[in-house]
Amino acid sequence: MSLIDILEETFSALLANKVRTFLTILGIVIGISSVIAMLAIGQGAQGTITDSIQSIGSNLIIVTPGAQRGVGITVSGGRGTAKSLKLSDATAISQQVPSIAAIAPEVSGRYQITAPGQNTNTQVVGTVPEYTTVKNLDIAEGSFISSQNIDSADKVAVIGPTVRDDLFGTDAEVIGQTIRINKMEFKIIGLTAAKGGSGFGSQDNLIYIPLSTAQRYLSGDEYVTTISVSAASADSTTAVQQAITDLLLARHNIADPTLADFSTMNQADIAATATSVTQTFTILLAAIAGISLLVGGIGIMNMMLTTVTERTREIGLRKSIGAKKRDISRQFLTEAVTLTLISGLLGVILGWAVSFGISYFGVMQTRVSLSSIVLAVSVAAAIGIIFGYYPAKRAASLNPIEALRYE
Amino acid sequence: MIEVKNITKTYASAAVATQALKGVSFKIKDGEFVAIMGPSGSGKSTLMHILGALDIPSSGSYLLDGKDVSTLTDDELADIRKDKIGFVFQAFNLLPRATVLRNVMLPLIYAGIEPVEREKRARAALLAAGLDEEHFHHLSNQLSGGQIQRVAIARALVNNPSLILADEPTGNLDSKTGEIVLGTFQQLNREKGRTIILITHETDVAQHAARIIVIKDGLIISDRLNNQQKII
Ligand SMILES: Nc1ncnc2c1ncn2[C@@H]1O[C@H](COP(=O)(O)OP(=O)(O)OP(=O)(O)O)[C@@H](O)[C@H]1O
Ligand SMILES: [Mg+2]
Repeated sequence: MSLIDILEETFSALLANKVRTFLTILGIVIGISSVIAMLAIGQGAQGTITDSIQSIGSNLIIVTPGAQRGVGITVSGGRGTAKSLKLSDATAISQQVPSIAAIAPEVSGRYQITAPGQNTNTQVVGTVPEYTTVKNLDIAEGSFISSQNIDSADKVAVIGPTVRDDLFGTDAEVIGQTIRINKMEFKIIGLTAAKGGSGFGSQDNLIYIPLSTAQRYLSGDEYVTTISVSAASADSTTAVQQAITDLLLARHNIADPTLADFSTMNQADIAATATSVTQTFTILLAAIAGISLLVGGIGIMNMMLTTVTERTREIGLRKSIGAKKRDISRQFLTEAVTLTLISGLLGVILGWAVSFGISYFGVMQTRVSLSSIVLAVSVAAAIGIIFGYYPAKRAASLNPIEALRYE
Repeated sequence: MIEVKNITKTYASAAVATQALKGVSFKIKDGEFVAIMGPSGSGKSTLMHILGALDIPSSGSYLLDGKDVSTLTDDELADIRKDKIGFVFQAFNLLPRATVLRNVMLPLIYAGIEPVEREKRARAALLAAGLDEEHFHHLSNQLSGGQIQRVAIARALVNNPSLILADEPTGNLDSKTGEIVLGTFQQLNREKGRTIILITHETDVAQHAARIIVIKDGLIISDRLNNQQKII
């Protein structure tokens, strides 16, 4: 039996039951496309988060007060609740730890911010000029806090673009305007450049003021909530982190490192945590998509089983006029493969389109990976082939009369 | 050359075992025209399926051209069905979703005949079986019982088999069309030397054969030459 004849038989069989063929294809298409789209969303999210962690700063080490609680909790939990780090700790680090490019202590807290006619509640960071170096921060307009502002504890503020949008409206001229933080007037001297990204690691929704001002007027004490340190190079990050830990343990008179009243974290730790979070997220999405693929697979399975059972008589007839076993199994195999091929193709196109749409309309970043396509299509194909081929093979080995009598 | 020796066939269904053939023996030489007669349920179709290499006997042996059919593999049986035997089923067994022409071409597809040649032969077989050309592209469920029967006959003849087995081939035909079909069989038998075995329960139809075997309750009760053969 030639390939053309087999294909002719296949199309006549698939077209003989159009509705059933359509529904089966639909099931697999939904299964395959959802696996592709879900994995694309997961991987896209992972990419976005990795990028935004990169944008936080380079070779960054973050020292926060409070006990070492494990990376995961430190990232998600509020930090700076405990008061154990002082400005003098930061000074000591900058003087005694080698290979430091820049160091920026900060005092941050959420405060009510008002501008004429608007108010918002946002994070206010009291910090020093080096902050821009440590956090890769660019200034779009005006200037950042200067050492003179620190020395005289000026009531000046540098705001992020999101804050500007909330208080003054998009693209408003803000330099020289005043805002009230905790009912005190601050003069705006600068606007930071948008870093993009939302949620995690966004620095666009912050207000920066001089560290001395924050300590004197807002927190009212000499403690700091974070010390961000930028190591001179990527290679020295671990050594710097260790040196900071040793120095602070000594300064706080703590012998046992497990009892430390502060914690240090480097960028790699943050990235690892975020990656494990997004991986969990991706696995979750993939599991949901996998279920729909499974349902689609059961669809093919069901279709192939019914077709073969329904067509046992046909198999008997074909055998009685001279078809060999392999003619029969080839025919059903071709049907199953054609079905999964068509569905696979449509599924990939749809999955791609959905992922593209999600990115295009700015809902989320997505990244379609070849492995997800291969995975989804091969699972569907395997199900189709196994469940199409084996019942057909079984029917093909019946003797023609038994097959013809089959009801 | 067909030689059956003491064939039995028992159907073991769930509750009871039916013995459809209880020990049947005969020889049919190449080029014979034999009618098998008997009342309903006597085992005619069962015997025919065995002769057509579609089913195997429970005991006894069946030699087709000297080869014991029970020793052949599935593929060898398929080759015999494809090359040597043309079968007209009592229930016709056409492929419902295929056209008349395609149904008749089916054996040729499995025999690996080229498409153009296939269609030529299928048309010739259909015309020989007495079906009008206007029905060639109908689906088999758009035909009358008699037309279906002619398609089934055409399908059996299309691959020029040396042995033609027909189970009640004229059952649905009026006597005039029945005569035409029987005439075709006689012509194939006389001019091309084909062996023809025909099942019928009508004595009138059986009279067209040169030899008549009568079976009853799974046993042969008479096997004689027909000296009053009706020639068309
Ligand atoms: N697959 C089967 N399972 C069980 N019993 C069967 C089966 N096929 C046939 N029989 C039985 O075997 C006996 C012979 O059946 P067969 O079909 O050979 O009869 P027949 O002579 O062709 O009758 P008819 O003239 O009505 O076609 C019957 O009693 C029938 O019930
Ligand atoms: Mg019968």
